[in-house]
Amino acid sequence: MSEPQARAGARAGARTGAAARGSDAAPDRIEHPFVEFLRMYVRNWAATAGFAIFSVILFSALFAPMLLARDPFEMVWMPFTPPGQDGFVLGTDNLGRDMLTAILYGARATLVVGASAATLTIVIGITIGSFAGYYRGWVDEVLMRITEFFQVLPPLLLAMVLVALFSPTLPTVAIAIGVVSWTGVARLARAEFMRIRELEFVKAARSIGSRNRRIIWRVILPNALPPLIVNAALTVGVAILFEAALSFLGLSDPNVMSWGKLIGDNRDYLLDAPWTVTIPGVAIFLTVLAISLIGDGLNDAFNPRLRER
Amino acid sequence: MTAAGAAAKTAAKAAGAGGLLEVRDLKVHFRLPRRNLLTPGGTVHAVDGISCTVRRGSTFGIVGESGSGKTTAALAAMRLVPVTEGSIKLDGVELTTLEGEALRRMRRRIQIVFQDPYSSLNPRMRAGAIVREPMDLMEVGEPGERGPRVSELFRRVGLRPEQAALFPHQFSGGQRQRIGVARALATQPELIVCDEPVSALDVAIQAQILNLLRELQERFGLTYLFISHDLGVMQYICDDVAVMYLGEIVEQADRISLFTLPLHPYTWALISAVPSARRRKGRTAARVHLEGDPPSPIDPPPGCRFAPRCPFAVDRCRREKPALREVRKGHLVSCHLVGEDCVPPHAAASAAAVASAAASTIQPH
Repeated sequence: MSEPQARAGARAGARTGAAARGSDAAPDRIEHPFVEFLRMYVRNWAATAGFAIFSVILFSALFAPMLLARDPFEMVWMPFTPPGQDGFVLGTDNLGRDMLTAILYGARATLVVGASAATLTIVIGITIGSFAGYYRGWVDEVLMRITEFFQVLPPLLLAMVLVALFSPTLPTVAIAIGVVSWTGVARLARAEFMRIRELEFVKAARSIGSRNRRIIWRVILPNALPPLIVNAALTVGVAILFEAALSFLGLSDPNVMSWGKLIGDNRDYLLDAPWTVTIPGVAIFLTVLAISLIGDGLNDAFNPRLRER
Repeated sequence: MTAAGAAAKTAAKAAGAGGLLEVRDLKVHFRLPRRNLLTPGGTVHAVDGISCTVRRGSTFGIVGESGSGKTTAALAAMRLVPVTEGSIKLDGVELTTLEGEALRRMRRRIQIVFQDPYSSLNPRMRAGAIVREPMDLMEVGEPGERGPRVSELFRRVGLRPEQAALFPHQFSGGQRQRIGVARALATQPELIVCDEPVSALDVAIQAQILNLLRELQERFGLTYLFISHDLGVMQYICDDVAVMYLGEIVEQADRISLFTLPLHPYTWALISAVPSARRRKGRTAARVHLEGDPPSPIDPPPGCRFAPRCPFAVDRCRREKPALREVRKGHLVSCHLVGEDCVPPHAAASAAAVASAAASTIQPH
């Protein structure tokens, strides 16, 4: 059976399952939203694959010291040893450092920066967007003008300036990436808040005595989250690319191994020792791809129109 | 109806001689954003000076077509839209000047049942939590009593207490509206604003919800401000009815007077438009079709607002705005053509037609 057929079969199966549930006069079967969400997510094979890839990357980053107890900066062999030779699975780089160790340890910095920058992006974006979308009026005007100010600045340039102004350490890099990339989330959050605040359950929340704070964080935000979570997942990928670009330009922490730094250090030897650049490049590619697939899967799982009940 | 319930209702009616809710010259205007720097934006006169008194324990209906301002009026009574002008008194307490905590606490006494049972319940909360929330926020009863009370409210509105664990999307439209009713009852309000509570439901379910509302009114001595565009529903549930057109009340009377002797041409047109299975005596045989749409509430016509669509309009109607006046006891109408004798223009017109027809047959050739 070919792949599309298999998927169609799986869908049909799910549909009859749904029909069987629907025929029950009183829908008393409680499916927790999380269980329903999981069911929807695993239906998307690409998203599941993305999750698997990401799990492997996350696992190796978390347990790098146990998998390979070595210093990634240690020069262990001849420079430019090709992959597979002399027992170095991924070869060595321009300084004779083991590529495998560098990739494993580099994953930690890359993921930490990616995740913290994305978190910062989401926090700033949701805060600004929710206030603008909920209060409207002059609050909206002021916050949106600020957002537009950040939107018109070239993000990479601004991040470079920020890192150059302050110390080139991982927290600075994460903050710089967060500061330049929250605008999209803010606009998305604002749009969602503007849509949801007009729904009757928000009026109902007010009529039963909810204060503004409760309406924003407890009533509207949970309902606005699905697209924001998807956006957050994609933001992680963008932040990783950003970090790679900054490292490539030599604007990241020189004392912490990261994939971007690996590419940056070896960029002059691209033709002589292509693996030194392509291997971290592939690692970045796989990570961002996996995260994008996860984001896509989240989008599908959250989108009620794609649910075949 | 239980004896106790009946007694409660009678007592409530007797106590509230002055009316539970008194609305005077209520205006709700919305400013439109200006198109450019030079031209100021217009103003939508959504509700333009309405007055009414809702007697305690009764059901006061506001009927009108889409855009007549009836929902805005209801939301204004709850202070869910900003009031431009006028006064709303609940049991003698002025609501329009309340702010902050005082406003929040006042909302305990007025609750609302919304039109759309699909968007009025937070999809991320379980039914039980939805009904419990108002009690927590308004601090109704002891925290320990609230759980059992949720179960009791579920039973009261015809749901099973076990269903409290379900999410809104697992209920049907009618069941969801029952949850909405239970939520409105949770704070033990005196007045419930029903904003077209049945218009999103199919007819069989409509009757169930209306019966539920009636039953609850008898049991708890509730007062309803009932908004609808459906005259059938109005005739079934309301004690008094006000007809709104373009932000104003054009006619107001008790149910029986309004449905047996509509005075305003608009009311007459509305009633004649109700489809009826059997042809009843006394009902206008010919249906009246109103031409066109209501004029824009941004720029209402200067005279009678109904004049552009009124089949009987004369010059005076287009120039001079009729006042809402009492023509019979408890029967208010705003129409120049309704005289002291209480003959509505449509009746006068048909009488004239009969007379002229008779005259033409009698006349010798």
